Amino acid sequence: MFTSLGRYILLLRLSFRKPEKFSVYWAEIMREMVSVGIGSLGIVAIISVFIGAVATIQTAFQLISNLIPKTVVGQITRDSTILEFSPTITALVLAGRVGSSIASQIGTMRVTEQIDALEIMGVNAPGYLISPKIISGITMIPVLVIISVFLGLTGGYIACAASHDVSTADYIAGLKDGFNPVAATVCAVKATTFGFIITSICAYQGFYTAGGALEVGQAATRGVVYSCVMILFADLVISRLLL
Amino acid sequence: MIEVKDIVKTFGDNHVLNGISATFKAGKNNLIIGSSGSGKTTLLKCIVGLHDPTTGDVFYDAENFTDMDFEQRVPIRKQIGMLFQNSALFDSMTVEKNIIFPLNLFTNMSAAEKRDRANFCLQRVNLVGTNNLYPSELSGGMKKRVGIARAISMQPKYLFVDEPNSGLDPKTAILIDELINEITEDFKTTTVIVTHDMNSVMGIGDHIIFLHNGEKWWEGTNHEIAHTDNAELNSFVFASPFMKAAREKL
Repeated sequence: MFTSLGRYILLLRLSFRKPEKFSVYWAEIMREMVSVGIGSLGIVAIISVFIGAVATIQTAFQLISNLIPKTVVGQITRDSTILEFSPTITALVLAGRVGSSIASQIGTMRVTEQIDALEIMGVNAPGYLISPKIISGITMIPVLVIISVFLGLTGGYIACAASHDVSTADYIAGLKDGFNPVAATVCAVKATTFGFIITSICAYQGFYTAGGALEVGQAATRGVVYSCVMILFADLVISRLLL
Repeated sequence: MIEVKDIVKTFGDNHVLNGISATFKAGKNNLIIGSSGSGKTTLLKCIVGLHDPTTGDVFYDAENFTDMDFEQRVPIRKQIGMLFQNSALFDSMTVEKNIIFPLNLFTNMSAAEKRDRANFCLQRVNLVGTNNLYPSELSGGMKKRVGIARAISMQPKYLFVDEPNSGLDPKTAILIDELINEITEDFKTTTVIVTHDMNSVMGIGDHIIFLHNGEKWWEGTNHEIAHTDNAELNSFVFASPFMKAAREKL
């Protein structure tokens, strides 16, 4: 375990060496940002709307009491979406979509000697392959999470309009009521951290793949599993420290 | 010229190379031959720096490559071209982008100059008009030729070739050998080829090193190999009845 941790830290250090040519790296960062951001928008939008809707319906179901104002449903949906559902569930889904893609892409490059070809040319392979992915992860995943928050709250609104458990006016009043900006800070910290975890762990698993197609698949699976575990662990740590 | 001195490489308890010393001459096709598992590819990887030797040194024109760190190796690496066994073309890039990739990173050439260079390299390997194809659209022989085009794009001083004929039909294999030979002569490169293809050995083997169990067992030219009395080399080169019969006629 300590050997792997050491290799992971050394790989990260190599990844952020001075680039051979900034313009080439910049183009690669832009390409990765499109791949991570635009490429994941569809799945993030779908899960966010449904999660927001389900969160609203279930909260409304549990708060059947005349003593509790209906606006509380909006408040709880807002806070749970911002603090937990959007960053964590989006990150878990992205670990599957983005993380497996990173691990299998780099792993395939390793077993087909493309990484060796880069090194022979004098290119810092970790820098060229991994740093653009990490940069795109820590920039685009927070953007996706922000979009997810808005879509989740929209999903809650649609659920209210469709089910009439809570009126849309009460729901919107709840969304506006007693918002604590710390929740947004926690959401941003989580999203950035999760972006780093997904891209760096999966890139590490891919980079040290040895063997053939079977091992590439195993590396991708390991990358996703380790990323998910680390996301949940980081979720706990950040929540404990910041709330 | 490339010189290796007392190269030892071990992986755990497995001793792959046991004190190999050799000189690879400039402007010549230097072949490393040997049976599977003899250490040919490991030696090649030690020479190009993909593996660090356990002990021993590699010298590029008297500069000790083994002692250098990553940054110090970059100027030498810019003079190295390599063709991999499976070509190792970048899947996500077209043929032209594969060829100009090192130019993008290490030169300040304009886009037009880079395109001209890519066209020159493609013309050199008889693949004019394939600029916009992806590696997945190429045959095995075409991939090898694009690999060679990429390897020569930076006008290398040293050319390394790992199993150039594997997976190719005999006719295409001979074309690839001829191409490598022409490039070695035209660019005066120090070419190191790992192979166990006897057509390559007899056709372009200016200087041959035979490895056996991780040791240098024999060294000579393609003319000398036919008349050697080295038992291991003979059992490797003339393993088939056809080759045995051919030797008797020599």
